[in-house]
Amino acid sequence: MSEILTAPLVVEFPFTRSLGPVQSAFLTGLRERVVLGVRTTDGRVLVPPVEYDPRTADEIRELVEVGATGTVTTWAWNPAPRPRQPLATPFAWVLVTLDGADTALLHALDAPGPDAVRTGMRVRVRWAAERTGAITDIACFEPHESGGAGPATPHTGVFADPVTGITTPARLDYTYAPGRAQSRHLAALARHTTIGERCPACRRVYVPPRGACPTCGVATGEQVEVGPRGTVTTYCVVNIKARNAAIDVPYVYAHIALDGADLALHGRIAGIPCDQVRMGLRVEPVWTEGARHPDHYRPTGEPDAAYDTYKELL
Amino acid sequence: MRYARDVAIVAFAQTAHRRSSQDVSETEMLLPVLREVLDRAGLAPGEPGFTCSGSSDYLAGRPFSFTMTLDGVGAWPPVAESHVEMDGAWALHEAWVELLTGAADTALVYAYGKSSAGDLGAVLTRQLDPYYTAPLWPGPVDLAALQAQALIDAGETDEQALADIAARSRTAARANPHARLRGPVPMGDHVAGPLRTGDCPPVSDGAAALVLAAGDTARRMCERPAWIRGMDHRTDPQGLGLRDLTDAPSARLAAEHAGAFDAPVDTAEIHAPFTAQEVILRKALRLGDDVSVNPSGGALAADPVMATGLIRFGEAAVRVHRGESDRALAHATSGPCLQQNLVGVLEGESR
Repeated sequence: MSEILTAPLVVEFPFTRSLGPVQSAFLTGLRERVVLGVRTTDGRVLVPPVEYDPRTADEIRELVEVGATGTVTTWAWNPAPRPRQPLATPFAWVLVTLDGADTALLHALDAPGPDAVRTGMRVRVRWAAERTGAITDIACFEPHESGGAGPATPHTGVFADPVTGITTPARLDYTYAPGRAQSRHLAALARHTTIGERCPACRRVYVPPRGACPTCGVATGEQVEVGPRGTVTTYCVVNIKARNAAIDVPYVYAHIALDGADLALHGRIAGIPCDQVRMGLRVEPVWTEGARHPDHYRPTGEPDAAYDTYKELL
Repeated sequence: MRYARDVAIVAFAQTAHRRSSQDVSETEMLLPVLREVLDRAGLAPGEPGFTCSGSSDYLAGRPFSFTMTLDGVGAWPPVAESHVEMDGAWALHEAWVELLTGAADTALVYAYGKSSAGDLGAVLTRQLDPYYTAPLWPGPVDLAALQAQALIDAGETDEQALADIAARSRTAARANPHARLRGPVPMGDHVAGPLRTGDCPPVSDGAAALVLAAGDTARRMCERPAWIRGMDHRTDPQGLGLRDLTDAPSARLAAEHAGAFDAPVDTAEIHAPFTAQEVILRKALRLGDDVSVNPSGGALAADPVMATGLIRFGEAAVRVHRGESDRALAHATSGPCLQQNLVGVLEGESR
């Protein structure tokens, strides 16, 4: 069996989210070291606050200020913090009901070890030195013996320069594994040959192969060398440069049916003026040293292919 | 509740679940399972009247990743097809409704996941509330541990009882050739206290598929079809602090609406990735000691994320097919700490 390829794949996305009026007041409040909750129509105080009552679906807007001290309602010791979690040293995840609130907030508790943590213990907010209007403006909680602060008090929720949105960067790391068919295909490309796979039922040859025939729903296993020459089945002229693309515009991007393939693949056409590229043009790959793919395709000089020979591959 | 048509699970297949299946693409992992389940039902690729799948782009790290696996079902020329970005149990629900409407007589339902492609602990943080929770990056074990501690504090379980659940599940899995952990494993250290390695599921790569059929079509395909007597899914509030973590009201409500409490069940396949969640689900679903719970070993024996819930339905159905169960409950969950729950009731006709 040929080598199975893998490659690192990083997906990063900075989600930008707008805030509703309650979320905006809460997160702006954190920036100002004030913890706000919202009162439901049946009188409960929700912290962190939501825009709608999960029980009644009422729109809830009555803001109140609660204490920065509270009580742990449950906890979990995290012996090996992961990247981007609130603390880099072992800590306890905690749900904390702040004084004056009826619901609990999830955050980290900075404690020396699991023996120092228990349900019912008293804690207080440790504010982050730099605050932007985000849940991470609470750096974490810390143990703090104190009596309960009083009940929640009314608050307008009005602050100068309120935050109206948050940007939450996210990054996920993957190891992409293309599987057997694509690994074989990529390994062959490295040898400057193109292989497809034939469907045992309908006999079509797929390039690049993905391991299954989408018409018959069966595995393809038989490798077939195709090309190197092929026919342009359709094309377009690209006039807008893609960000980070090394290729100057205009250039021609084409579907190319390699000889022996029953599926057209994508490629760039060069070595011919853009306005002379046409359907039926016969082309061949141009390889560059060390590359895993053809750099582009160029005209072979053969007569054009007749339309009937590629009309099923458009 | 009576439905317009009788719909049954008539065939089921799954992979031997593995820690990593980097040697195959998702399509290549899924194809043998699709072939096996269609063969059992006597259907050719492309022949089912409806196809529905469950998977996650976040596991694969690619947008529209499910379109790749559609190659495996013979989707061209176009078939009637749908996809849910959820566990395959929710795809089953959609297919069941489709058959109830009379739009199709047969349906193929499948699900798959390759957790080995990424870091599942990080991936699953992305399903959390994006304003107040996801920016803290708590992983699935962290959140399940908060739930387990709450359950211990409430006096409903202790670490030994949780270890017993782990041992019972993996001992049961000895009879399950598809499971990853077949026999008890050491409980190990705390991953997130109070949960130890043994309290957590063996995250796996895998796939599963089943075939649904209506009425006489089902009777032709299967000697003893597993008739779906009801199915329902419900969700609890997203905010973890808004919930009583020692209970699963949405599971109870789904069970009630699925008719699970109308008559006793003899078997239950429940989707409890963490030991403590079995304690909560037994309570919410009213499963007494006379019920055989997770004879397959459950998620503690194999957890191919996105397929684990569908597999509960398949395992329950197979026991009905074999005559080992007359009335079984199947359950699937999604989200942190049993946030969302789906319950179905399967019955065999009397022999």
